[in-house]
Amino acid sequence: MPERSRLISRGWCVVLELIVISTLNGVLFGILLFLMASGLTVIFSMLGVLNFAHASFYMLGAFFGFQISRWVGFWPALLIAPLLAGALGAAVERFGLRQVHRNGHVAELLFTFGLAFAIEEIVQIIWGKSPVDFRIPPLLDFSAFTIFSTNYPAYKMFMLLVSIIIFAGLLVALKKTRIGLIVQAALTHPQMVGHLGHNVGRIFMLVFGVGTALAAIAGVIAGPALVTQSNMAALLGPILFVVVVVGGLGSLPGAFIASLLIGLVQTFAVSMNGSLDGAFGPLSPAYAQTWLADIWGVTVAQIAPIMPYVLLVLILIFRPMGLLGTRDT
Amino acid sequence: MRRLTIGIAFALLACSHAAIAQDTVKIGYIDPLSGGGASVGEVGLKTFQFLADELNAKGGILGKKVEIVPLDNKTNPQESLIQAQKAIDAGVRYVTQGNGSSVAGALSDFVTKYNDRNPGKEVLYFNYAAVDPILTNAKCSFWHFRWDANSDIKMEALTNYMKGVPTIKKLYLINQDYSFGESVRSAAKTMLKAKRPDIAIVGDELHPLLKITDFAPYVAKIKASGADTVVTGNWGQDFALLLKAAADTGLKVNWYTYYAGGTGGPTAIKQANLNHQVFQIAEGIPNLGNPAADTFEKALRAKYDFSLFYPRAVNEMRMFAAAAEKAKSVDPVKVATALEGMEFDVYDGGKGTMRKEDHQFFQPMYIASFGERTEKEPFDEEKTGWGWRQAAKIEAEQTTLPTTCKMERPN
Amino acid sequence: MSELTSSVAPPYPAFSDKLKFYGIWVAAALMLLVLPRIFGSGGALTTFSLIGISIIFSLSYNILLGQTGMLSFGHAVYYGLGGFLVIHAINIISANKLPIPLPVVPLIGGLTGLFFAALLGWVSTQRSGTAFAMISLGVAELVASSALILRTFFGGEAGISANRTKLMRLFDWNFGPQIQIYYLVAAWTLLAMVAMYALTRTPLGRMCNAVRDNPERVQFVGYDPHVVRYLAFCFAGFFAGIAGALAAINFEIANSAYLGAIQSGTVLFSTYIGGVGFFIGPIVGAMFVTVLSLSLSDLTSVWQLYFGLFFISVVTFAPGGITGLLMMHRPLLKGGTLGKVLPFYLIALIPTFAMVAGLVLAIETVVHHTVNPGDDPNIRAFGINFNASSPVTWIVALFLIVAGFVVARKTWSWLARAWDDALTTARDRGYHA
Repeated sequence: MPERSRLISRGWCVVLELIVISTLNGVLFGILLFLMASGLTVIFSMLGVLNFAHASFYMLGAFFGFQISRWVGFWPALLIAPLLAGALGAAVERFGLRQVHRNGHVAELLFTFGLAFAIEEIVQIIWGKSPVDFRIPPLLDFSAFTIFSTNYPAYKMFMLLVSIIIFAGLLVALKKTRIGLIVQAALTHPQMVGHLGHNVGRIFMLVFGVGTALAAIAGVIAGPALVTQSNMAALLGPILFVVVVVGGLGSLPGAFIASLLIGLVQTFAVSMNGSLDGAFGPLSPAYAQTWLADIWGVTVAQIAPIMPYVLLVLILIFRPMGLLGTRDT
Repeated sequence: MRRLTIGIAFALLACSHAAIAQDTVKIGYIDPLSGGGASVGEVGLKTFQFLADELNAKGGILGKKVEIVPLDNKTNPQESLIQAQKAIDAGVRYVTQGNGSSVAGALSDFVTKYNDRNPGKEVLYFNYAAVDPILTNAKCSFWHFRWDANSDIKMEALTNYMKGVPTIKKLYLINQDYSFGESVRSAAKTMLKAKRPDIAIVGDELHPLLKITDFAPYVAKIKASGADTVVTGNWGQDFALLLKAAADTGLKVNWYTYYAGGTGGPTAIKQANLNHQVFQIAEGIPNLGNPAADTFEKALRAKYDFSLFYPRAVNEMRMFAAAAEKAKSVDPVKVATALEGMEFDVYDGGKGTMRKEDHQFFQPMYIASFGERTEKEPFDEEKTGWGWRQAAKIEAEQTTLPTTCKMERPN
Repeated sequence: MSELTSSVAPPYPAFSDKLKFYGIWVAAALMLLVLPRIFGSGGALTTFSLIGISIIFSLSYNILLGQTGMLSFGHAVYYGLGGFLVIHAINIISANKLPIPLPVVPLIGGLTGLFFAALLGWVSTQRSGTAFAMISLGVAELVASSALILRTFFGGEAGISANRTKLMRLFDWNFGPQIQIYYLVAAWTLLAMVAMYALTRTPLGRMCNAVRDNPERVQFVGYDPHVVRYLAFCFAGFFAGIAGALAAINFEIANSAYLGAIQSGTVLFSTYIGGVGFFIGPIVGAMFVTVLSLSLSDLTSVWQLYFGLFFISVVTFAPGGITGLLMMHRPLLKGGTLGKVLPFYLIALIPTFAMVAGLVLAIETVVHHTVNPGDDPNIRAFGINFNASSPVTWIVALFLIVAGFVVARKTWSWLARAWDDALTTARDRGYHA
């Protein structure tokens, strides 16, 4: 009897361990997504343009962070890289988007699309196509705690901490400072803010810069944990847009919920081996070579990366405005 | 910019119907030279150019200069066919390719159909790295020759080695969800059941190709299964990230891989601090002690600053030259006839055979582990300081597998 | 009052106008027939076939973008699905020896495109504008990822192949040689062009334009913009399916790259660069982008960067595309004032060209240093030898860029003034468009 109960408890331990680790990882991934999605949502709300190149600034943040950490160390890089990327973003808004603005929304979207393309190419030219060796700073290279038998790296806790600090800072800035008040107003009534005498152009530049700097910070802290490679933007880009659409275009709380949702769904899906085959038993051999066999045998883990898109289609069918959508395009 | 001159030359040649000068042998290298696969494609191109220089220094093939014509296929099968057509227009009659079995399949198909519809203008396809077994089985072709051991052969060699490793008790399979990953896992399961039925396969995972950025959940599953060995065909970032996640969570297993030596692999192993715990099955590694190979390796590194990842390319070019000498002609049909069944001294020592039935090359294979070096291992990889050490040599006869190829021969 | 009506109601076309209109189509058909005689090599024929396929695809995309104002990032889904079904169809037809010749097969692709567009279109076209773009991206990623899961239908990475010569012969053609494929593609291209042009002349086509310009007003008039968008989506899917079918026939293989983001991006480039405001725009864009993507990769390894930069320039400076730019000069041409502007063009183009040359030189030198540092630093550009490591190259590049930019700004403002004068004169003479 004691043997059996030990086995059962070990089995439960494994499941619990998996759940805890997956939750932690899922929340982390979700917060990272939100770091990027928040900048994207704010830019969209204010300027009306969905910045296709947002994931590219995430990538630039990672590469700038890598290069600067090579020269002066990780901690200065954490500060300098986002500032650099943000400055670049502000320049893009001032000298690029503003010119294109008069050609319409489609032209703006296409401009950012071309920009994303060009940035990926430039990164490939300068840093090559293979992954670069962006290391976790030695100060953080230990394991924070051990759950059951898995070590959870301290660096991931650091990522969580930094993200929370940034959000707290942003919230305070938005709600308590004067410029934050103006930005909030310009989010919903940009023309009125202009009529009131504020330099809306400068506000736009600031918002674009801050938005891209946010994405860049996400890149700097995610770079050592994930692979820093020139295809980073292309991998994360579509998921970012799914987050924004699912959360509702223009809604920050919606983007938050959607990011966490997608982060958790993807991480949990990967750990599940369930399939229709396992649940209902194998198909009769008559169907062996057909598409039905493919669907029957596929595990949840295999379709994990397309879960965000499935979620997108479901939301579109049942709630086209998004979870907390407020604005039509 | 060198390509600028080649490109202009191409444009001129392609527009004319005139016969091209007969004193060069052109080999079209169709692989990615831009975009995501370019880092691997560039390495391959330079390897082939080095080999062409080596042949030309000895007078070329039958007195003709060997020229490698780079053709960027952007890792796209359709683009590969376009490039192949362009190459044929410019007088190229030999094409070589390796990156991507999907491209290889399309190319093999194209070459077979082209040769069928254009008798007298045949083209040969030398495959140096695409390992889908189907190319020398159900979809074999007289015009296709493969110098890399296909994934089933590699698994045969690997499992023959594992037969003699009693410490392997629980094995976990993790692979990329596409044709190659599928063939690795199915071959592994079948062969292990036959040779070591006592090994418990405690996990069999397929993950999407090049899409996963965080392998922590997968590593958690491996840990939960209690495996002591992991077999994986992962390459590129899928390999690097997997190892990274494993190192992060302190997973202690032995890794048996196909492509641990690929670009970025050695760096990932060193970063994860897995000293001689990662093994690779390959037809050659730099530290085997063969003097001719050592000289070649030193010269290649001096010129290009990367190590030889494709001993099979060396075999391919040298055998091509030998076949042309034997046939006393560079006509593709005659060379093909000379090539099939040919026995040859391979790069790392020993003999290899190009089997006539399916045009698959069989050669000695090596299991090697990556870690700290001793004086016996003079070469390191990717400036990590660590190098490959031979763990076992599998003779060619022990890697042989039957084939289902029913080759249609030209009469 | 009569002045208003006389300027609103178009006069019945004169015989010369009708001749001009139909003459263009006849001339196009003749040119397609004669082209292989002039450029006969295998590579040229393949290029022409690819251009034809790209024309159909870009025109179908323009039904969405130019006509109805829907920016889609996932149009390749219907192209790809058409291609896949046609490959399966060819395999089935040749296995069962059905009496269906190859020229009819693209219709199967078209119907596939139509079917899937009808299936996915209702949900996709619910929103327009930016939301539609994101939705199309998400749906495209979903389908492209599913392609790797549904192995039996999509064949995994290797895709599915077929042999087009095994079908029933038509006039003793088995469609093995490339020239026969060229004629097949050319015929379908002409058909598709006529059909899509006709579509723009129908009331549906006009309502698409209305939905693009003012969807609210369309609702007042009594049409549902959602339905109009949906119909346009279905038509676009139909013609995309035809293009995909022809591509599958040409390459005899269909794989998941047909559905991918790169294919969607390419058609977007072609259509936009050609110009979305005119019917002939996507045709010009398709020719331009196909030729460029085939030949540019031979000249430089960073052709994608040049592509991206070129696209950004077009979006910023010439949102009407190539045809938009050219058509801008139509009133000048008709009013006879074009000659006044041409010298200023020449003057303005010289510093612009210098600036571009400097940029290219700088990029290639940087590429040489970061990508191929071991190579011979002597590079050839435009027939002149440069040493990539010498500071002279850098100084020359910098000089060209800076000086070119400064001078170009000046000359372009001169050009703008001259253009304004010429346009005013032309307008005074009565030529407005």
